[in-house]
Amino acid sequence: MITVRIPGWHGQESVAAGALGISGVPAPNEQVLRESATARSSGNTGPIVTVDGLRKTYGKGVGVQDVSFCVGQGEIFGIIGPNGAGKPTTVECISGLRVPDSGAISVLGLNPQADRAAVRERVGVQLQESALPLFIEVGEVLELFASFYRQPADPAELMEALGLTAKRDTYFRRLSGGLKQRLSIALALIGNPQIAILDELTTGLDPQARRDTWQLIEHVRDRGVTVILVTHFMDEAERLCDRVMLIDHGLVTALDTPVGLAGHAGGSTHLRFVPSAPFPDQALTVLPGVTEIEHEGQRIRVTGTGDLVSTVIRALQAAGVEAREVQVESATLDDAYVRLTHHAGHDREEVLRP
Amino acid sequence: MTTHAIPSRARPPARGFTELVKVEAKLAWRVPVGLVLGVLVPVIFLVIFNAIPALKKPATGSTLTLFAEYIPVLICLSLCLIALVGLPIPVVTNRQMGVLRRFSTTPAPPSWLLAAQVIINLALALIAIVILVAGGALFFGVHLPSQWAGFAVSVLLATATMFAIGLLITAVAASPPVAGVLGTVLLYPLLFFAGLWTPEQNLSPLLQHIGNYTPLGAAVQTMDAAMQGNFPAARPLLVMAAYAIVFGIAAIKLFRWE
Repeated sequence: MITVRIPGWHGQESVAAGALGISGVPAPNEQVLRESATARSSGNTGPIVTVDGLRKTYGKGVGVQDVSFCVGQGEIFGIIGPNGAGKPTTVECISGLRVPDSGAISVLGLNPQADRAAVRERVGVQLQESALPLFIEVGEVLELFASFYRQPADPAELMEALGLTAKRDTYFRRLSGGLKQRLSIALALIGNPQIAILDELTTGLDPQARRDTWQLIEHVRDRGVTVILVTHFMDEAERLCDRVMLIDHGLVTALDTPVGLAGHAGGSTHLRFVPSAPFPDQALTVLPGVTEIEHEGQRIRVTGTGDLVSTVIRALQAAGVEAREVQVESATLDDAYVRLTHHAGHDREEVLRP
Repeated sequence: MTTHAIPSRARPPARGFTELVKVEAKLAWRVPVGLVLGVLVPVIFLVIFNAIPALKKPATGSTLTLFAEYIPVLICLSLCLIALVGLPIPVVTNRQMGVLRRFSTTPAPPSWLLAAQVIINLALALIAIVILVAGGALFFGVHLPSQWAGFAVSVLLATATMFAIGLLITAVAASPPVAGVLGTVLLYPLLFFAGLWTPEQNLSPLLQHIGNYTPLGAAVQTMDAAMQGNFPAARPLLVMAAYAIVFGIAAIKLFRWE
């Protein structure tokens, strides 16, 4: 749960605050977000990646049972789920590193297996647990990888953009975790890809480095690259992704915008305020979407779904009551995640927190 | 993003491979395991052996001195250290650390990394052989092999055999320590039959017979013959060729890219 305090926020201002897109006030702008994501993802050329009925299992039953989804041009598409849910398997099949047992995958209209070199030419991949020789220099490895592509990005420019220029002559082994990740992103982008697959990018980074990495990912998208982001950090998916696919036990559990996903999972919004004058509970319980009213001393806590904040504030206004010290707690993707994976009997410990 | 016109079955640019070989050469210089073991160690042996007066006597049943007979043995030592240690360790390390995996995400196939390592180590072996043969001739009074074609064939087959064994170790070793153990375990018997510790003539008939059928026992015989001016006999050449083919095929069949 995230809590946003908006002091002195009265009825009239609620609409303005909602339009400003203050996080934690999901109800008013949920629709807007969903529409903008749809507009972006539908793009002008339709889906850029199509996965249909993907199945890939290994001896111990780990892997992917049945996964289907599309990724639109210019989208940041998130894949989240607990450990062992099948996230790496899914992206490894897309990048052609693994051969699916069954199902069809199309990447830019190409088959990752049959058109191996052509797919790799256009898809940049940053893999979990992949390393470089310890004594290779930053500049060297970028120049080397650039030589593998037909139309590579300029290594010097990329180093500049990712703040690696000063580390040009530094050995890989001397780089900090954050710099290694930046180099890894640079290598995923060196081929001038149309799609970048980024797996567990911020695992093990300190909070500042995570935030910097997030900004980098947004820059990558702004360059016109479609991003497929694998993560098990909810805040990361919520912050970056246009759409999020939740997979669990090799199956798609949910696929929606982060806000939509939070809502779908039955996540509700809580509104706390101090009324300027007493009023009957009934004035609010009759409202659509309101599920519960609690009195906490002077303070009133309304729980509900949908467009809760503006509905309640409007009703209070009509009753001539002003809401003071308004606090809103919204359902987050975190809640949705826990709810959607909890039924499957996962240990809560598996949900990593930054 | 501009859409590039790339044929769907495009191959990665060939320039990438030459760049890779250049970078691998730099890495071989920065972490000079092969250079020290495969080149420096045999050359140090050569210098030390030259300082032992007893080795200046003619070898029994040969036109060469004992010292000159050590040159094929030191070539075998160099080939052993390069092919069984210098080649497998970096490739197995790269595979275990995920470098091969990182490569598989680019248009460059991971086999390029292996090929580059083979080229670098072949170059090291060539450097070592040239230093041993030319150095022996220039500074220590050993005659250049008079049957040079036979010598070249022997060296080529010995190199192919040892690299095939090294590639098999590379193929099956799960981790660098495993590769290290496999290499060392093979190194001693191979070099024993090459005559590093005692010349072949001093061995019992049974051991001599076994030695004839080991890769380096055969290699020393053929190089020795060529240094004395004779073209090597067919049997030791065939022994080496057979090892090279069998181990080479096994390495290709068993190679693990992940």
